[in-house]
Amino acid sequence: MYNDAIAPPLPMTLRPATTERRWVRWALIGVAVLFLLIFLLMPLVIVFFEAFSRGAGYFLESITEKDALAAIRLTLIVAAISVPANLVFGVAAAWAIAKFEFKGKSFLITLIDLPFSVSPVTSGLIYVLIFGAQGWLGPTLQEHGIQIIFAVPGIVLATIFVTFPFVARELIPIMQEQGTRDEEAALSLGASGWRTFFRVTLPNIKWALLYGVLLCNARAMGEFGAVSVVSGKIRGQTNTMPLHVEILYNEYLGVAAFAVASLLALLAMITLAAKTGLEWRYADEIAAQRKH
Amino acid sequence: MASGTTWTFRKPSIIPGFGLAFGFTLTYLSLIVLIPLAALVLMTASLGWPEFWRIASDPRTLAALRLSFGASLAAAGINAVFGLIVAWVLVRYDFPGRRLLDAFVDLPFALPTAVAGIALTALYAPNGWIGSLLAPLGIKVAYTPAGIVIALIFIGLPFVVRTLQPVMEEIDREVEEAAATLGASRFLTFRRIILPTLLPPLLTGFALALARAVGEYGSVIFIAGNIPFVSEIAPLLIVVRLTEFNYPAATAVATLMLLISFALLLAINLIQAWSRRRFGNV
Repeated sequence: MYNDAIAPPLPMTLRPATTERRWVRWALIGVAVLFLLIFLLMPLVIVFFEAFSRGAGYFLESITEKDALAAIRLTLIVAAISVPANLVFGVAAAWAIAKFEFKGKSFLITLIDLPFSVSPVTSGLIYVLIFGAQGWLGPTLQEHGIQIIFAVPGIVLATIFVTFPFVARELIPIMQEQGTRDEEAALSLGASGWRTFFRVTLPNIKWALLYGVLLCNARAMGEFGAVSVVSGKIRGQTNTMPLHVEILYNEYLGVAAFAVASLLALLAMITLAAKTGLEWRYADEIAAQRKH
Repeated sequence: MASGTTWTFRKPSIIPGFGLAFGFTLTYLSLIVLIPLAALVLMTASLGWPEFWRIASDPRTLAALRLSFGASLAAAGINAVFGLIVAWVLVRYDFPGRRLLDAFVDLPFALPTAVAGIALTALYAPNGWIGSLLAPLGIKVAYTPAGIVIALIFIGLPFVVRTLQPVMEEIDREVEEAAATLGASRFLTFRRIILPTLLPPLLTGFALALARAVGEYGSVIFIAGNIPFVSEIAPLLIVVRLTEFNYPAATAVATLMLLISFALLLAINLIQAWSRRRFGNV
């Protein structure tokens, strides 16, 4: 082994063989930065620019108006139901898939990923076909006075569908990598199954779990297509924040639309910051191979 | 106990909870995903082949599918080129703000599609920041198919960059050094040594971006203009048919799109299997 004091690592500038000429490097950096500025940064900036284009007073008025508050409340309720539901599912699915060997495992993983390859509009449509007035269960539900489509349950269902794989796909690879040795040790020392899960497994996966919940929540609060199909967009009742943005925008209340949109953009930025923080600090404890 | 020769569904294990976890997983998966999707397929099957064919070959359906595919292909192609440059710059070079820029690439995953939609429309409208620069040149973006491509570029970029990055990080620099010592120019090394390694993830990223773009709705409908036969994408056509209470047509178009995304999914898996055979990893 070389001692660092004797043989310091050569700086990159002395090894031009595996990098490009200086001007090529700077040209490529310029193209990449310009592309990201135009296609990613400018859309984000204009949201806040437009939101405050009539001053802070109008902004506050737009986001505290009755229908806007109802939309915010509904969005929070929907996320508060669908995220925990998919969290429990994700943990159960990862436990079954990562800690046991059984036939058809990879097929099961494919099925869990399925909602990602379905168009958001289709994700809403399938529930209309089942629970809608003309749907399979529509007449039966109507008899009992239960409404799912054009009501909150439909919105929750559609949101659960589109955020279905988020937690599971973060947990499965990392739990597979961790194997079963820790759990076997705990069990052989006499811990019960639940105690093993809460005291051994959960601490091992907590950052990956948080990571999955973060992404799941961002999508749950921001989902538009699936929710717009099942919601009916009744102001103050079945309007989530993204749907409220659309309604305001189509009524030519652009600034108010951007005010509500800026709250969602803020949520996106907080999500990105938290996600990046987790990635920087706990890179090893979050599954390395991520594909969205 | 089961002997080694009998067929067993699962290997024995001392870890408890398989029944509960597996049972819950299967029940939840069936109720939320499998049964509703099966309902869609069954509903389409009950239309009968002639009726399905009539809807599928309707000029408006075909125009919407052609537009969705054309715009998605264009956007995925542009993302493949610029995504390659962005990923390369982020992995290989060091410059101020690199880590921040890297984190920023995920914005389209985090930003709700409706927000992206109205933001892009405001930028590219004839009086917007970018639209007003393009207007004197006679280029109209918002409310035309070009606007759709812009929205789909936004949505698809992270798929290409995030698929390329891990593979780029694992490239063995010694091979590049070897190529250089044998007299290859940097461009030749890139074209003959580096690019072939990056081809499978580039194709995968392209296909992922394409699959996402074909089904995309929220970010597109604001900027598209939504004129039938001109700027009406396939997901929007489903919504239009639904609001007309024309369930058979909505169902048929949705099933068509589902088949298309399964074909894309299959293509992605084939690319990955091929690259595993060829390169042994990723």
